[in-house]
Amino acid sequence: MSEVLTFLETLKARSQQRAEEPTWIAARRQAGAARFEAMGFPTRRDEEWKYTDVRAISQTNFALAENAEFSQAGAAALTLPIDAYRLTFVDGFFSAALSDLDSLPQGLQILPLSQALTENHEAVGGPLGRLTGVEFSPFAALNTAFMEEGAVVRLAPGTVVEKPIVLQFLSRANAEPTMCHPRVLVEAAGRSEATLIEHYTGEADAQNFTNVVGEYMLDRGAIVNHYKLQEAPLGDYHVASMHVEQGRDSRYSSYNLNLGGALVRNDLISDLNGKGAEANFLGLFFGQGRQHVDNHTKVNHNAPLTFSNENYKGILGDRAHGVFNGKVFVKRDSQKIEGFQSNQNLLLSDRARIDAKPELEIYADDVKCSHGTTTGQLDEEAVYAMRTRGIDEATARALLTLAFAGEVLDAVTLDAISERVELAVAGKLPERFNLTGLVETASALNE
Amino acid sequence: MLEVKDLHVTVEGSEILKGLSLSIKAGEVHALMGPNGAGKSTLSAVIAGKDGYEVTQGSITFEGKNVLEMEIEERAQAGLLLGFQYPVEIPGVKNIYLLKAALNAQRVARGESEIPAPEFMKLIKEQLNFMKMDPSFLQRAVNEGFSGGEKKRNEILQMLVLQPKLAMLDEIDSGLDIDAMKVVADGVNSLRDQERAILLVTHYQRLLDYIVPDKVHVLVDGRIVKSGDAELAKELEANGYEGIEESAA
Repeated sequence: MSEVLTFLETLKARSQQRAEEPTWIAARRQAGAARFEAMGFPTRRDEEWKYTDVRAISQTNFALAENAEFSQAGAAALTLPIDAYRLTFVDGFFSAALSDLDSLPQGLQILPLSQALTENHEAVGGPLGRLTGVEFSPFAALNTAFMEEGAVVRLAPGTVVEKPIVLQFLSRANAEPTMCHPRVLVEAAGRSEATLIEHYTGEADAQNFTNVVGEYMLDRGAIVNHYKLQEAPLGDYHVASMHVEQGRDSRYSSYNLNLGGALVRNDLISDLNGKGAEANFLGLFFGQGRQHVDNHTKVNHNAPLTFSNENYKGILGDRAHGVFNGKVFVKRDSQKIEGFQSNQNLLLSDRARIDAKPELEIYADDVKCSHGTTTGQLDEEAVYAMRTRGIDEATARALLTLAFAGEVLDAVTLDAISERVELAVAGKLPERFNLTGLVETASALNE
Repeated sequence: MLEVKDLHVTVEGSEILKGLSLSIKAGEVHALMGPNGAGKSTLSAVIAGKDGYEVTQGSITFEGKNVLEMEIEERAQAGLLLGFQYPVEIPGVKNIYLLKAALNAQRVARGESEIPAPEFMKLIKEQLNFMKMDPSFLQRAVNEGFSGGEKKRNEILQMLVLQPKLAMLDEIDSGLDIDAMKVVADGVNSLRDQERAILLVTHYQRLLDYIVPDKVHVLVDGRIVKSGDAELAKELEANGYEGIEESAA
């Protein structure tokens, strides 16, 4: 309980510094704090947290950042080399200097939450917290109590945005551990289309806690490709609660790529509320050392003729621990839905561990659903076969490990992102194994 | 080129090779024949460096170097290449990746530069045509979903691209129909030259109609009991291994 009090004291101190805010925000903040106080941090006795111990977070006294200072050069090295609209946050603080919002096309709004609130707080009040309420989890409640900054992305009806939208969250190597509670609010109106990249990264020695809540609302026919590239520093703690709401004929594709962080928990939930809505959940989690990566996903087929397709791959080495819990829920009368789920895990060491639990809950009778999970190790025969061709052992293992991620990685169409994943998973493959070059060679051959 | 002397090999406690000696010179094609269980595949596996084989006595040298002290990949880089009886599937690794990665690893190990992409493409195209393989093979994962014949062709394709000094082909004819066998034999024959040697491990004489060996060895119970020229293989075809086993006993 004293752990909870520490966080509440930090909250109180912050509240005293804060200028007056609209009543609805103050009320939600209070509700968040009350809920958090009542629930406390989750323990492993909670079914949803059975395999994830959050004491590393609860027992740390995190400060709140005071500014967004970050060197241009340092940020440039971390930033994805992608031509994009970019919003950057440093330990939760908005950094105008590291953002690029020049010449936004008509119909696209990207702004920091603080600005959105100043300009028109009532327009934010409706959607914010509508999908992720304080009831969802102690972390969502904690986030709501502390929320100050984040990203608001709005797509007007029919707006098709060509360039990706990057939300970049940088974590600094501060003198003391720092926490932030960002919000991401995406409203994609009818038939709009965009690619959103949430990128979590930072300075190697950082030891901060990021507790993000994301809400993504896709109206009729909207298409959103949502990349979440989590390459937080290896000392960072990362908790993300992401809720998606999908209207009729909308298509949401999630690429949930987890490479960094000491302790990581993702909750990804999509509500398929209109006929023809489709959710694609692709995930990759890579752990080494003593990293702990927990992915909880849920697809709610709330309407007939909705489709979901999930493929999560876990690669765990050393003493890393992965958790996959995927649930497909089919509501009564949600007929003619299709829900597929697959989870495959590769353990690179004897001490690595995975806890996988796929779940189906079906209350309709005319559905097509399947799920499955497998866990294995690298095929030693294949390693041997590659070595007999002259490829050294480390490279053979790296190539096979990378190949395991194949189906997920192949779906990533942004090279800058797949290169980051490749580097993390397979290490820096020597130039002679440069896969991009080989792909070009191969495609040239087919001409 | 390859000298095997008094080789004793144990697998899981039982002795499979019991004092095998073999000498292969550049330019020669040797066929190692024998009944099932004689240890034919063991020899090539030990030379390639497969785990689980314990050499208790004897030596293997390749161009004067002690093969038994080399890593698996070093043996390949030195020019020793094994064509598998049961080629291994390598899921998710495309054929073309493997070919280029392997070729460059070998070139770099020999102190040569990596092959420029256009030159590599040219080489691959030629060899694919020669092996009567469709370019789509390059984009497929190594051996995944390949038929038996396709796998064997793929092994020979690797040989043609990697150009080993000593190619060891383990039962390369098994599971092949006569047309596929001709293609595979043409591939192997194209490797023949004064600088290179080939060791064919086979149970049947059939393959030797297409790849005529300079020397034939009969392996029975872990030892070479008889050596001769191509005529010896024909004798075996006519009389079987029994007569030889008896004379050796």
